[in-house]
Amino acid sequence: MSANLKRSNQPIFWLLFGAGGMLSALLGPMLVFITGIAIPLGLIFSPETMSYSHMHAFAHHWIGAGFIWVIVSLFLWHAGHRIFHSLHDVGIHAGTLARIICYGIPLLATVLAARSLIPSLI
Amino acid sequence: MSEIEKIIPIEVLRYRPEQDTEPVLQTFQVPFTDDMSVLQGLQYIKDYLDGSLSFRWSCRMAICGSCGMMVNGIPSLSCKTFLRDYYPVGLRIEALAHFPIERDLVIVMDDFIEKLESIKPYIIPKKPRTLIEGEYLQTPTERDAYEQFSSCINCMLCYAACPQYGLNSKFIGPGIMALLHRYNIDSRDGGKAQRMEMVNAEDGVFDCTAVGYCSKVCPKHVDPGNAVNLNKMESAKDYFLRFVMPKGTGK
Ligand code: SF4
Ligand code: FES
Repeated sequence: MSANLKRSNQPIFWLLFGAGGMLSALLGPMLVFITGIAIPLGLIFSPETMSYSHMHAFAHHWIGAGFIWVIVSLFLWHAGHRIFHSLHDVGIHAGTLARIICYGIPLLATVLAARSLIPSLI
Repeated sequence: MSEIEKIIPIEVLRYRPEQDTEPVLQTFQVPFTDDMSVLQGLQYIKDYLDGSLSFRWSCRMAICGSCGMMVNGIPSLSCKTFLRDYYPVGLRIEALAHFPIERDLVIVMDDFIEKLESIKPYIIPKKPRTLIEGEYLQTPTERDAYEQFSSCINCMLCYAACPQYGLNSKFIGPGIMALLHRYNIDSRDGGKAQRMEMVNAEDGVFDCTAVGYCSKVCPKHVDPGNAVNLNKMESAKDYFLRFVMPKGTGK
């Protein structure tokens, strides 16, 4: 073990992964139920709940915008990290390209989501 | 052996560098009694069937950690595993996975020993005391904090179980992390900042993907997987706190 003591940058990704994992475990199934099943079928909520104007207003409030941003980005950070570390199990060598793809997509999505949400607040 | 003698086939992975180009399986028919461990089966082979068979052992009671091997593909202490559980089908014994084979069931453990040395597995006093000042005292609660992690017997079963260590042997690994943690959380110790360098390193704690098989095979209930996980958080704290706190955020 020719001691390579270079500090790892993994804490950043691990914390994003952990936060995303916690959020997706707590909110994921509920969001799928509400947005994918309950609202389209008119159970509990009326189908109007997620109409364009409602969602537009939601995204224009800083709380709504923040919620959307956190959900989109952290879920993806979680997924990217998990997929990166599972690649070996499906026979793909987890090299630099895989790293760029797995962490690049969440990064891109985080930036794009912020870019499209921030103007709606101003 | 007064009862009717039972015979069990034991397949052993042999590797004799002077004659084998690669490891080969050899089967022995071993008479056994219900109280015989897998280790005793190997000792029978060595005493009566083939004296050239090599394997490590010492205590015969799950204390020394020398007799780790793969028993039907599962990392096990051979002195704590019993032949009767494999009768009549038989069993296959191989050298511990993920380590180079020195000879037969004897593995090369240099990597583990080097890592063990690197984490300074001893108490580094916060402030050296003179003899006159007496011992370093500790309350029972302070002792309980690390007791579980101090039960490690260096058997390396957790390394044979860890798929990440199998992929990249530079990974510090579960057992060593458990020992590192044992000293870091000892109230008498002041060496945490030094040891955190190993935890934080690129081949430190974050190579773990939380598989958890290490804790499952551990014969001493050390739960090395938990030590690794706790140290991910420690390392993450260390990563960010170093910007706020001066060098050596050990505590
Ligand atoms: S943590 Fe358990 S399995 Fe790993 S070396 Fe120590 S005693 Fe063996
Ligand atoms: S011989 Fe000591 S642990 Fe098995």
